[in-house]
Amino acid sequence: MIGLNHYLFVSAALFSLGVMGVLTRKNAVNVLMGIELILNSANINLVAFSRYSVASLDGQIFAVFVIIIAAAEAAVALAIVLSMYRIVKSVNLDQADTLKG
Amino acid sequence: MNPEILQDLESFVPEIVLTVALLLVVLADISLPKLRTRVTFLVTAVGLLAALCFTVPLFGAGEKALFYNMVALDRMAVFFKGFLILASFLVLLAAPGSKELSSTHLGEFYALLLGVTLGMLLLASSVDMLMLYLSLEMVSLTSYIMVGYLRHDRQSNEASLKYILFGAVSTGSMLYGITLLFGLTGSTKMPAIREALASGGASGGNGMALLVATALILAGFGFKTAAVPFHFWCPDVYTGAPTPVTAFLSVAPKAAGFATLIRFFFSGMSDTTTSASQWSAFSAMNWTSLLILISIITMTLGNIAALRQDNLKRLLAYSSIAHAGYMMMGAAVLSYEGVQAVLIYLITYLFMNLGAFLVVIEIFNQTNSFNVNDYRGLYRRSPFLAISMTIFLLSLMGIPPFAGFFGKLFVFAAAVNHNLAWFAVIGALNSVVAVYYYARVIKAMIIEGGDEGAGFKLAGTSRALVWIMLLPTVGMVLFWDRIQALTGRSWKFFIG
Repeated sequence: MIGLNHYLFVSAALFSLGVMGVLTRKNAVNVLMGIELILNSANINLVAFSRYSVASLDGQIFAVFVIIIAAAEAAVALAIVLSMYRIVKSVNLDQADTLKG
Repeated sequence: MNPEILQDLESFVPEIVLTVALLLVVLADISLPKLRTRVTFLVTAVGLLAALCFTVPLFGAGEKALFYNMVALDRMAVFFKGFLILASFLVLLAAPGSKELSSTHLGEFYALLLGVTLGMLLLASSVDMLMLYLSLEMVSLTSYIMVGYLRHDRQSNEASLKYILFGAVSTGSMLYGITLLFGLTGSTKMPAIREALASGGASGGNGMALLVATALILAGFGFKTAAVPFHFWCPDVYTGAPTPVTAFLSVAPKAAGFATLIRFFFSGMSDTTTSASQWSAFSAMNWTSLLILISIITMTLGNIAALRQDNLKRLLAYSSIAHAGYMMMGAAVLSYEGVQAVLIYLITYLFMNLGAFLVVIEIFNQTNSFNVNDYRGLYRRSPFLAISMTIFLLSLMGIPPFAGFFGKLFVFAAAVNHNLAWFAVIGALNSVVAVYYYARVIKAMIIEGGDEGAGFKLAGTSRALVWIMLLPTVGMVLFWDRIQALTGRSWKFFIG
């Protein structure tokens, strides 16, 4: 029987994979994919808690909002990556090194 | 429509005014190709002022929550709404005078400024974790775009890219923390979270999970207030962003972050039953020590890193990290006095920090440089700018009688009265370290002689704007009893 804990394990694994992707990838688009994983791990949590432990729809409604935010964030992030690409001709984050100190 | 919602809308006028102004700016920007620069500026200015006028009467409305307990309407929220609108208004006045921004088309910038203001008002008043997350993202997404506003400038783009990647991870972690807290307490509403924690049902054997959830949520607050260890974006973004945007980021979203941090920890995670002016954390988890630790590391790291900066924007970025540490001190003592100290600190910080950035903008307009070495001999080229900058920096140091001194005084006093004298001593030692890097700039401007170029020609509007920042920084001491009374009345907030 699959219960709440199974879902929480999946979401924790997904969260860790997302953070790892953000920390290790050099390609800006890959980093954005890591961020999507983090947001979706939160969604799994929300829906699982809503279904198993909290007797209300609050969590599922929250998840819908998170999906919208994820789309908005991806749109803005990709626009910025594209604008950076026009100047640097690369989406490699190592190229973003003019600001330091 | 539900009569309850209609009634709540009457108390929601400032936000509605900002939304209308935002739409008008977008419309004017596309429909009036000849007049659009002036019209969009005027609409934004009128919108912000009207929102401010509608905010003030709400101060006496008592403590309640609107829209089925989504946003609070209490004195604390109204105080922050007024503060944030004022900060946006001052930045709006500064924007057209900056060489970086005035070379681009500013209509969209004004629309973004209104959008971020609207988001901040909601952030400062949200009492539901869903509302908190949504408004936090609204503030973040608009500020990412504002940072990258100079589309053809490599540094602006790079700053924006770093900002969004760092911001998305921080707010994503915060979201994960919110979902854990939702699972543990069964609600997204702060009063319900507090009650679940108080009854112990949530923490039975889950103290560790609760601490992890709190730490993750703190990632979002730390990102907004630029507190260590979520400060890495701050120096790079402040350096790369157009200077008016830097000035804005260093004050307004930071203030909104503190508003929501205080609200979350005080009304969501504290035992409010013990006393009216003093709260205590639940025994299940000790998050006050976490805040104290973050505060100490933030101010120390900010001050030490600022010592070796030559770029003025970068120096002020680290200085703003240090100031976030001092303000966190007021929040960490968890008392009415501490909250009042944070509010006082924010009022003083608004004028002195915006003022310092304003002078940086004016000097960049003339010299094309942010480097402290190019500030040499400034006194001979523009005595007015040099003396104003000196006053702002002395105020940031915390030298009496300038405004900044009182902010620090109240924060340290709150710590001492809470039996945390050692905490106040660390803060005081930090302000001594800070004297060095501020004084270095003053020395370069006034004592050192440098490239003696021609005197600056300062536009009348820029001069007037510097005066607007200068007068409160110098004269706040004369109205001290009023400010104390205002902040003393503002700490009341909705606890459900």
